[in-house]
Amino acid sequence: MTSDAHTQVLVVGAGPGGYAAAIRCGQLGLETTLVEKGRLGGTCLTRGCIPSKAVIHAADEFAKIRSEATKSVLGIGVGSPTIDFARTRAWKDGIVDQLSGGVGGLLTAAGVTVIEGTATMVDGKTVAIDTEAGAPRISADNVILAPGSTPVELPFLPFGGAVLSSTDALNLDTVPDHLVVVGAGYIGLELGTAFAKLGSHVTFVEMGDRILPAYDADLTKPVVAELARLGATTHLNARATSVQQDAGGATLQVTLSDGSEVGLHGDHVLVTVGRKPRTEGWGRENLVLDMDGPFIKVDEQCRTSMRGIFAVGDVTGEPMLAHRATAQGEVVAEILAGHRREFVPAAIPAVVFTDPEIVVVGRSESEATAAGFDAIVGRFPLAANGRNLSLDGSRSGFVRVVAERSTGLVLGVQIVGTSVAELQGVAVTALEMAATLDDLTGTIQAHPSLGEAITEAALMAQGRPLHLPLPPLSSRQASAS
Amino acid sequence: MATYGVKLPDVGEGVAEAEVVEWLVAVGEEISRDQALAEVMTDKATVQIEAPVDGTVLSLNGAPGDLIAVGADLVLLDVEGSVDAAHQPEEQNSVPAPSPPPPKTDNDLQRGQALKVPDPFEDPFEADLPEPQRRVDRPAGLVKPLASPAVRKRALDAGVELRFVNGSGPAGRISHADLDAYLRAGTTPQVLAATAAPGMREPNLRIDEVPLVGLRRRIAAQMSTAKSRIPHITYVEEVDVSALEDLRKSLNESAGVAQPKLTVLPLIVAAVRSALGAHPEMNARFDDEAEVVRQHGAFHCGVAADTPKGLVVPVIRHAETLDLWGLATEIARLAQGARDGSLSSPELSGSTFTISSLGALGGVVSTPVINHPEVAILAVNKIAERPVVIDGTVVVRKMMNLSGSFDHRVVDGMDVAKFMQQIKRRLEQPALLFIDPPGQKPSVV
Ligand SMILES: Cc1cc2nc3c(=O)[nH]c(=O)nc-3n(C[C@H](O)[C@H](O)[C@H](O)COP(=O)(O)OP(=O)(O)OC[C@H]3O[C@@H](n4cnc5c(N)ncnc54)[C@H](O)[C@@H]3O)c2cc1C
Repeated sequence: MTSDAHTQVLVVGAGPGGYAAAIRCGQLGLETTLVEKGRLGGTCLTRGCIPSKAVIHAADEFAKIRSEATKSVLGIGVGSPTIDFARTRAWKDGIVDQLSGGVGGLLTAAGVTVIEGTATMVDGKTVAIDTEAGAPRISADNVILAPGSTPVELPFLPFGGAVLSSTDALNLDTVPDHLVVVGAGYIGLELGTAFAKLGSHVTFVEMGDRILPAYDADLTKPVVAELARLGATTHLNARATSVQQDAGGATLQVTLSDGSEVGLHGDHVLVTVGRKPRTEGWGRENLVLDMDGPFIKVDEQCRTSMRGIFAVGDVTGEPMLAHRATAQGEVVAEILAGHRREFVPAAIPAVVFTDPEIVVVGRSESEATAAGFDAIVGRFPLAANGRNLSLDGSRSGFVRVVAERSTGLVLGVQIVGTSVAELQGVAVTALEMAATLDDLTGTIQAHPSLGEAITEAALMAQGRPLHLPLPPLSSRQASAS
Repeated sequence: MATYGVKLPDVGEGVAEAEVVEWLVAVGEEISRDQALAEVMTDKATVQIEAPVDGTVLSLNGAPGDLIAVGADLVLLDVEGSVDAAHQPEEQNSVPAPSPPPPKTDNDLQRGQALKVPDPFEDPFEADLPEPQRRVDRPAGLVKPLASPAVRKRALDAGVELRFVNGSGPAGRISHADLDAYLRAGTTPQVLAATAAPGMREPNLRIDEVPLVGLRRRIAAQMSTAKSRIPHITYVEEVDVSALEDLRKSLNESAGVAQPKLTVLPLIVAAVRSALGAHPEMNARFDDEAEVVRQHGAFHCGVAADTPKGLVVPVIRHAETLDLWGLATEIARLAQGARDGSLSSPELSGSTFTISSLGALGGVVSTPVINHPEVAILAVNKIAERPVVIDGTVVVRKMMNLSGSFDHRVVDGMDVAKFMQQIKRRLEQPALLFIDPPGQKPSVV
């Protein structure tokens, strides 16, 4: 294949996977070209993690002030608060601009050549780039594929008009009166909860028998309760079948669990039924890549089945999360620079920014048991944590630590509670360092903090809690198993 | 009723343990004397263990893949009557039987041990590595080796697989110290013993990784191609260069100031050129994929040159057109260009024959690697004064060896011998360099 230019490393996609790989490659002295058809930062920075968390924060603040205005707990008096959502959106866009621009600055500083355009693999070593200025072909010694993922679209609910994808929902200028959310996975719940707090009446339609089907029921129970308190309606075992758009929005036809049909009208219907790896639009058909289900198959070094072609991020598998993509990108860059590296984490944390928040790191008890561990569990209620009370946090949250019985090796930590997202740091550090229960209980956490609840949960697993009454001796054996 | 322990017999000379390959009976099964109980494998053979008595199987010791020590209970049987001391199960035996090895958790490792076939390529250091012991009893593969990211990174850098490292920490966690111990164990016991003595030097455990980049990488690729694709035949001949050296001295003495100093190399190029007249098959490039040998009329002579970055082969293009002084000038120019990296790509490619000369460092014999896709390369060894027998008398002569390698796919040994003799003849009687063989075009020397 003839080409117009040559580079040592060519990266397709500037999401957290691609841009991290490119920055590190550049820093390590590799001649690197990054091709992005949209904005630097990819899904995460421009229409995913960051803007969604900004909107969620704004919604939290508004809801807090509103609840003080209506029936104050803290004794604060406020008039009736309002929200100018267009300004909220502008604030959120400002954060996105700042971060996307920051990524651009880091790429420049690392000496990476950034090309705006759509990359198509012509063969294993050549990439054709469709840009405004022309269509250069670049040959590369190594290619890193990081094209990310896209929202799943239902054939009978195509995006457009009042039917929104998560991207569209993040760009609304006004708060809808009524929002119908199809799919109660983490993205739907996060956005739906935010709009509920902003004043929308939100109705969730979920095919499964509970919300957040990927998380265990104990963890989601406090979230279910909070949704009800916010006035949201949830239809479980319910199936959306069609949509009728009209001047005021759209009516979604739903078959409920009892078989009856209802029409749910909303200003918008937000469809968040999952994301799928982007395996089209970049020339996969011109390569011979082994697949792993819908994903590109990669090994522990993120190598695909083709020599010199690596893949990172959402296109390579679950969990489709930004920090996994970034970590993979870094590993690949170091491998290309001649180091021995592999992507074999002990755990990849997941945080759901619902109310209350959910943190999942490592294995749950049932996952540990299924894998063959003899597992013990310690569970500490956040209602007994001073910091949680002083934050007026959820009374139904808890920290759960799962460990191997014989050694105390920490296998997993799960948390549900108000503002617990940051606790993922303690948990994942423990797992990655191969900590045992003794390590957790032997580490002093500041008082008052939510982190103390992790120590207490570990003490619970060892059958010696400090801030909870010890169960009678006779029942201790039973509760440990 | 009594419990009878069927012990793993001495299944082969010097064998201390054997791997259970397959159980041929099940717990609860009634078995009769001489019935096969299990198949076990040692590093020497696979054998069947038979029941010495009738009975009912009470328990099978271990699962297929487990290693059982010789003398340990393999199967417990429920038998009629009483059992003599030798066959009482281990717990009841007064003489302690060799205990079975501690449970191991790593499947690969067990396989590796059971099939200990001597491996000629085995790294003797690796063979000395201590056996991993897992103090923690958990099913194989349940967790990845437990270690902090920093320890894992160090292990990767050192090329150590952590599953072979014994973790001394809680839950079997591998610490930096465990990794150090493992790395140190990679040295021989002698070294370890020696370093244990006070005042001895610490073993140097350092490994510097030098990545292959640039020219070195290309040389590596080129050498692998040449050596893996070309069956080399190497032929060495000695040459009396006394006359040649006299001639060279005299030419240098009479040379004008503008003329470069004549080294041996231009004379060898001239001798090869002349010898090629009768051997066009040596001045060729072999396209082995197309299965065509292209014999060239032109003599593009590659001259291997050492540079600070590595070997390069500049090419005297159309060496058939240059006289001795022309060759000398061109060789000097190319050598300089190779050193300062100023040569262009046509000056570094397209040779049809290559000569490699290390001058005074040329050694006695070499086995040069053919410059793929050429078919011949000639290495020039050093010139030295040696005693030589001439007409029954020992005399001191200036001697030089020539080592030629040839692509044996397209050149036969006889052609090689004849070609080398042609070169020898011309170098020993340098006047021949200036006389055209009958029927050939006048040479330019
Ligand atoms: C609403 C929402 C909320 C989320 N919240 C979180 C969260 O809180 N935490 C978290 O960890 N994850 C979150 N995610 C997921 C996260 O965004 C992804 O896991 C992450 O962005 C994946 O990174 P990536 O590099 O694999 O791909 P992406 O970020 O998808 O980037 C891929 C890039 O490649 C570009 N591209 C594709 N094809 C081509 C081509 N042919 N030529 C040039 N460029 C191309 C795309 O334009 C895109 O910019 C969220 C996602 C959404 C939608």
